[in-house]
Amino acid sequence: MGVAAAESQFHVLAVDDSLIDRKLIERLLKTSSYQVTTVDSGSKALEFLGLQENDSNTPHETSVCPKIHQEVGVNLVITDYCMPGMTGYDLLKKIKESSSLKNIPVIIMSSENVPSRISRCLEGGAEEFFLKPVRLSDVSKLRPHLMRTKCCNQENEENKCWNQEKQVNIESSEIESQTAAQSNNKNKRKAIDEGISPDITRPRYNGHSLVSNHL
Amino acid sequence: MERNSHRQLANMKKSLFDQGYLDQEQFTQLEELQDEANPNFVEEVVTLYYRDSARLIQNIEQALAEKNPLDFTKLDNYMHQFKGSSCSIGAKKLKNECTQFREYCRTGNGEG
Repeated sequence: MGVAAAESQFHVLAVDDSLIDRKLIERLLKTSSYQVTTVDSGSKALEFLGLQENDSNTPHETSVCPKIHQEVGVNLVITDYCMPGMTGYDLLKKIKESSSLKNIPVIIMSSENVPSRISRCLEGGAEEFFLKPVRLSDVSKLRPHLMRTKCCNQENEENKCWNQEKQVNIESSEIESQTAAQSNNKNKRKAIDEGISPDITRPRYNGHSLVSNHL
Repeated sequence: MERNSHRQLANMKKSLFDQGYLDQEQFTQLEELQDEANPNFVEEVVTLYYRDSARLIQNIEQALAEKNPLDFTKLDNYMHQFKGSSCSIGAKKLKNECTQFREYCRTGNGEG
C-alpha cells in the first residue's frame, strides 16, 4: 500500500452544499488515500484557498491570503455545480482567474446531465465533469490530474520566485536543493507511469540539469 | 444468531432491490466504502439521509400549505435537493418520484 509513501499525500478540497454528498465524496476520496477537506459553499472554498471575494465586508483578511494558500497546499478542487449563492461554475471561474490558484485542477459534479452545462464548464477550465452519484471509478480518474499538477506546481513556484518576489530568492535556493533531491526519486517513478505532457517539460528547460535524466 | 440476522438483512435488501425501491449498484457502492476503519459508514449516511429528508419533507409540506399561489420555484429547489440525496444513497423509487414532482413544478401543475 505504501508505494507513494515518500510523496506527500494529495490534498483535495471538496465543495458541496449537500451534507450527504459531502460525506460520500469524503469517503470516496479517503478510500483512495487522499487527504480531504470538505466545505459547504463556494465562498468557504475560496476562503480556504486563501482568496477573498473583493466586495466582502472583511478587507483585513485579504492581506493574509497568499500565506494561507501556500501553507494549505490544495492539489485539486472538486465541486458541485448547483449550489446556492456561488455555483460551481462561478467558483471555477474565480479559481482560474486567480494567478495563485489557476493551476489547481477543478472537477465539477452535477446530478443533472445537461450537455450545454458540461461543455460550458469544460470550456471554463474544468478538467472533468462527473455525473452524480460519483463512483469510485470516477475518483480514480483524478490521479493523472493530480500527478501532472504536483510537479508543475513545484516548478511554477520556483519560476514565480525568480520573476516576482526578490526577497523570496533566499528561500528559493533552499527549495531548489530540496526539490533536486526529491525530483531524483520522483524521476525514476515518473518514467514508469507518466504520460508526458508538454506542460511539464516546458518549465523544466529553465535550467534544471536533472531533467535530462528523467526524459 | 448472527447468521440469521445476516440472512434477514440480505433478504430485505434483495426485496428492496427487486421492488425498485433501492438501486443495487449505488447501494453496493456505499457498502464498498465501508471497511474496518469505517465500519458504520452506511449507517451514518443513511441516518443523515433520513434526517435530511425529514427536514426537506417538512419544508415541502409547508410550501404546499401556502396554496395561493404555490411557489413552484421553491418546491422545485427542495425537490432538487431531495432528488440529489436520494440519488446518492440509491433510493431509486424516491428519486423517480422527485423527478415526476419536478415535472409538475415545471408545468405549474398544482394538482399533480
